[in-house]
Amino acid sequence: MGLIARAIEASGVATTTLTSAWSITASANPPRALYTDFPLGHTAGVPGDRDMQRAIAHAALEAPWTMTEPGIAVSPHQWPEEWRTEARDPIDHRTPRHDAPQYQSDADRAAAIAAHGEETACGCE
Amino acid sequence: MSPSVSPPEDLDAVDYIGVTKSAYDALGYPTYRWAENEDPPAFVPPSVELADATVVVIASGGVYRVGDVGFTHKDDTSHREIPSDTPDDQLRVTHFAYDQTAARTDPSVVFPLQAVRSLVDDGVVGALADVALTFMGGIYSQRRLHEELVPALVQRTNELGADVALLVPV
Repeated sequence: MGLIARAIEASGVATTTLTSAWSITASANPPRALYTDFPLGHTAGVPGDRDMQRAIAHAALEAPWTMTEPGIAVSPHQWPEEWRTEARDPIDHRTPRHDAPQYQSDADRAAAIAAHGEETACGCE
Repeated sequence: MSPSVSPPEDLDAVDYIGVTKSAYDALGYPTYRWAENEDPPAFVPPSVELADATVVVIASGGVYRVGDVGFTHKDDTSHREIPSDTPDDQLRVTHFAYDQTAARTDPSVVFPLQAVRSLVDDGVVGALADVALTFMGGIYSQRRLHEELVPALVQRTNELGADVALLVPV
């Protein structure tokens, strides 16, 4: 995402990037980032915590007015339970990389087929 | 800030570049090369105040809307355009590389459209762009990323009249 932030900023639009992966973001070197100290998959806040999600979005959106140079700011919000042990376990959690469009549910696949046709929506031969 | 900048020590941030390297080494995979940019990024001041700014949300967590074609899990460089008034119960998530348990319960954890909408409703933020832009990260082809996805997102961000882009990776 850092690459995309750099390209959008270079086109003249200010960017602000949320991240929970400090090293990856620091390496990509985007204009502005707000680090949330959460397990991956929850960059924008704790599930169901609307006040926290809003506060994080607000802090990220203020960055173009508050940060005077490129860098990574730190969000003060804490994850409610221990998570680092699992995050540091070097296990490859990726699932197979399917060529056909993937869906959260069969109902979504059916809705996409209804809207876009079988060939486009399911990749069926 | 240089790319080598370290997180504050008291954060105890997880080094995902190191974790990925260990996982791939154990499997005998070649080392994944994360993007490294030594040169400083462009840094433009916003042209209006936040209360007058139009915000486009751009998220890489594989978010789509019911009725959209889903993402493939193999270097899919397409993006989806989610109308900014889409309720969370019409949002879905598919991705090959992160735990989507939370995102499928509450899409706001990877796609804070509702949070920004709340800031707009209270006058803190000017407006949301007509649509948010979503895609599925984990594109391994740097060439296709640069030639296909990046130009499309830059073009749409500008066409949407955004003053600020809020980018949300997973």
